[in-house]
Order: sequence, then C-alpha cells, then structure tokens
Amino acid sequence: MKELRLMKGNEAIAEAAIRCGVDAYYGYPITPQSEVMEYLMSEEPHKRTGMVVLQAESEVASINMVYGAASGGKLAMTSSSSPGISLMSEGISYIAGAELPCLVVNVQRGGPGLGTIQPGQADYFQSTKGGGHGDYRLIVLAPASVQEMADFVELSFELAFKYRNPAMILSDGAIGQMMEKVYLPAQKERLSNEEVEKRHGSWASIGKKPNRERNIITSLALQSEVQEKHNFKLQAKYKQIEETEVRYEELNCEDAEYLLVAYGTSARICQKVVQLGREKGIKIGLLRPITLWPFPSQIINKLANQVKGILSVEMSAGQMIEDVKLAVEGKVKVMHYGRFGGMIPAPDEVLNALEEKLIKNN
Amino acid sequence: MTEEIIIAGFGGQGVLSMGKILAYSGIMQDQEVSWMPSYGPEMRGGTANVTVIVSDERISSPILNEYDTAIILNQQSLDKFEKMVKPGGLLLYDNNGIIHPPTRKDINIQLVEAAKEAALMGSTKIFNMVVLGAYLKLKPIVNMENVMKGLKKSIPERHHKLLPMNEQAIKRGQEIVQEVQVV
Repeated sequence: MKELRLMKGNEAIAEAAIRCGVDAYYGYPITPQSEVMEYLMSEEPHKRTGMVVLQAESEVASINMVYGAASGGKLAMTSSSSPGISLMSEGISYIAGAELPCLVVNVQRGGPGLGTIQPGQADYFQSTKGGGHGDYRLIVLAPASVQEMADFVELSFELAFKYRNPAMILSDGAIGQMMEKVYLPAQKERLSNEEVEKRHGSWASIGKKPNRERNIITSLALQSEVQEKHNFKLQAKYKQIEETEVRYEELNCEDAEYLLVAYGTSARICQKVVQLGREKGIKIGLLRPITLWPFPSQIINKLANQVKGILSVEMSAGQMIEDVKLAVEGKVKVMHYGRFGGMIPAPDEVLNALEEKLIKNN
Repeated sequence: MTEEIIIAGFGGQGVLSMGKILAYSGIMQDQEVSWMPSYGPEMRGGTANVTVIVSDERISSPILNEYDTAIILNQQSLDKFEKMVKPGGLLLYDNNGIIHPPTRKDINIQLVEAAKEAALMGSTKIFNMVVLGAYLKLKPIVNMENVMKGLKKSIPERHHKLLPMNEQAIKRGQEIVQEVQVV
C-alpha cells in the first residue's frame, strides 16, 4: 500500500532511502540539500531498519565511507550539493574504477566555486562527462518532481547493482526545496549478506569462502596491460548501459514543429512553455531526458527530422546542448536558453527566447 | 480548476506555513499541489515568498511569471508582485506598513487588516491565519473542513491545542476582509 504525503524533494529522497532498505547514508551538510540528512537523523532509521546514518567530517570522508560500505555489497549512499560533489569527485572515480554500486545525490546550486545557494544545473558536464579523472561513466538520473526524487532512489540502486556502477541522482535546489504530493512505497527489509550474494553475485568482500578466490576491491592496476583490459571491460559495460537504459519522456512531440529539450526543474518550466506556446498556435513539444547518461540521443535524432528547430533549456550557460547537437547531427538549428548563478527562468522568458532565436529566423 | 498564488511578506510572518496549510488542504480534497518557497538569505530575515499551485490537473511549472492571486504582506512584496497579477486577478493585502497602496486598475483589490486584528485578538502569531481566512472568503478553493484537516497536518502535534484559536482567526479573517476595487 502506497502512502500519500506532502514532502520536500530532499525529504522524499531520505524517506525513500529508508523504505527501499538502504544500509548506510554518509554525508556532510550543505544548502540546498541539508534536509536529506536532517530528515534521516530525525527519523532515526537505525530503529526502523537498522540503517546507518552518519555525519562525516567532510565530503571526502563521506564518499570514502560509501566506498567502504559498497565494497561489502551494502546499499550505500551520500548526498551533497555542487561544491561538495566536487570534493567527492576523486572518490567517485575510485568507486567507478573499482566497479562498485552506490548512489550519489547532487542537489545542484549555482556555481562555479561556492557560487550561490539557489538552484542551478551547471553540473551537467561534471555528472555526465566525469567529474573525476579517468574514463568512467555514472548512470545519471534527473528527477523532475518530488515523486521522482522518491522513485529514483530505488531505481538508482537497481541500476547500480545491475551494472556494478555508481549511479547519480542529479537534482537541483528547486526540486529539493519544493513540496509536492508524493506516494511512498511500502517498507522493504534490508538485505542480509547471503541475500546480497544471491541477488547480485559474490563479488563483495564479505569474508572469503573456502570454495572461491579472494574478492579484491581495488581501482589500482600498476601493470598497463591489466589496466587497459579493465578499461575495455568498463567500456563494454558502458556500451551495454547506453543500449539498454536510456529513459526519457515526450510531451506533445507527435505534431511538434519546435522542440524543447530540458531536464529537471527546467523541464517543469518547459511543460508550461509548451502549454503557453500551443495557446498561441505554436506547435511546441518537449523531450525530457530522464537519464542524462545514457543520453536519449536516438529519439532526439529522430525528432530532428520532423521539427524546424530545437531549444535546449538549462539553468546553465549551455552544457547539455552539446549532447543535443551531437544527437541532431546538424539536421536542424539547435539553440540554447538558460539562466544561471541561481536564477530560474520563467515560462514566458523561455517562450520569448524560442520565438526570438528560432521562429523569427525561419 | 487551477489557482496560482504567490504569498509574499517578511520572514517570520508565517508566509511559508500559510502556503503549506493551503497545499495540505488541497491534498485533503484530492487535488494536485505544489509549494515552491524562496529560500536562502530570505529565511534569515528580510522578504520571504512562496508560490502555491492548487489544481485539478497535473502541475507543470512550479515557478511562474504571473499569478491568479497575490497575497501581499509588506511594501517590498507589493512593489515586486503587483505587476505580476493576471488582469482580472486578485490582490489581497494587509496595509500595515504599506506607504504606497496598489494602483492597478485592472485587478481586484481587497484589504485585510490582519496585523491589527491579530493584535486585537491577543496574539500576533495568528496573523497569517487571519490573512488565510480573508483569502478563503474571496476564493473558496478549499472548503473549511479540509482547511482544518490541512492545518492539523501541518502543525506539530504538540501545538494542536492551538487549533481552535487558529480556526477562530481564519473565521475572523473571513469577516473583516474589505473590498477596495472590483473589476
């Protein structure tokens, strides 16, 4: 039985984590995501499920605690906001290299640097192109509602364990702070070591059994030949994820003459833009990537055959637009509209931008 | 039905909690709701505002550039949001501290002297409930029974003894709202 609540996006993530049987949360407070840990602390999930919630001494410590817990096959997660994720990036690269499942939540704020505490979407490059070093990828999910903040926690762990790869929920301060209706899933039990092994294989370092070799969790291979082989393995895995895990939502795309591409908060604003545009007789559609990596390139390429122009709407100076352009392969004009540094574009602004940048010139 | 509201005033006036009660009331009668606060520096004093949408349909943007209703509780917010009320929309304000009253001719303007009334009732804390009452008199988008349920949900249990006083304040607000301009 699903339970209905009015919650902030950040609280929804926290409650969903408890309910889907997460073993451990390690974090360090930062606006605008502090409610995640605040909520976890006040709920005392150690009493409900035995889940560990720990405020670490820093973001660097948090991500390395996640690394440790994930090595043991546990469902481990952390959350932070932009500057904190930058601090975690080394650890994330290690976790990706060691092929461990975990969840990192980024409730983005405006940057660069300490920037602002207001919402932003300028961590797209960092999340999808590797914030840390080396050839690695994160599975990146972009929720556009409080409901999806809750739903994507379980989905992230499902994907993370399926591919032994870190997953990220890339949200922003607006969705983190806003309240909406949310249907929460029923409480699940945390998995025992045996259940983890049965479900996900025996890679975790939970004690050597006599009938198998030691499980070694590491991201280090000094021999180049070994490291290259490991890289080939990672790339094969990434290819498989690209082929199977693309997720997106289409809104009024069937007869669209102009296409908006937007994720998260920007996508919510663009839903209104579609409505306002259609009231004026402009046939606008919206393609909302749900996975930012793997990126929904194929559908965008297909829609590029049909539309007269594409506007990539982001709360950044233009990051996702690069992936949109790659997907479009030059078939139609692709423009960017964005506000940044904590500013959120209003629906009428976006519609004006579409008219100015694409319709006037056609 | 979709009602798009901005509630704006000083931090500490109960702007965010008024929005939360409205949102909860909407949920109590099976509607879609969104509650989008301005947060950050405003929370530490200065202006605070919240956008609340109550609708029968799925809500698109929680951030808006025009509103059906603006509930305005200080001069800064009046200066900022008067121009963002849709033509024919509603501006409800408390005149406490207002030096330049609203001037638009194409919107409905209503006045509620909530600060004064709350003081007369002996508690400035119920100020926001007086305002909420005035709003609900003008736009009964949620019924009183659901408002009381919403109120109960959004107030911590240890304060539930204050529910009757809040209800009284809402009712008082409904009584004292004054028409300034109807278009």
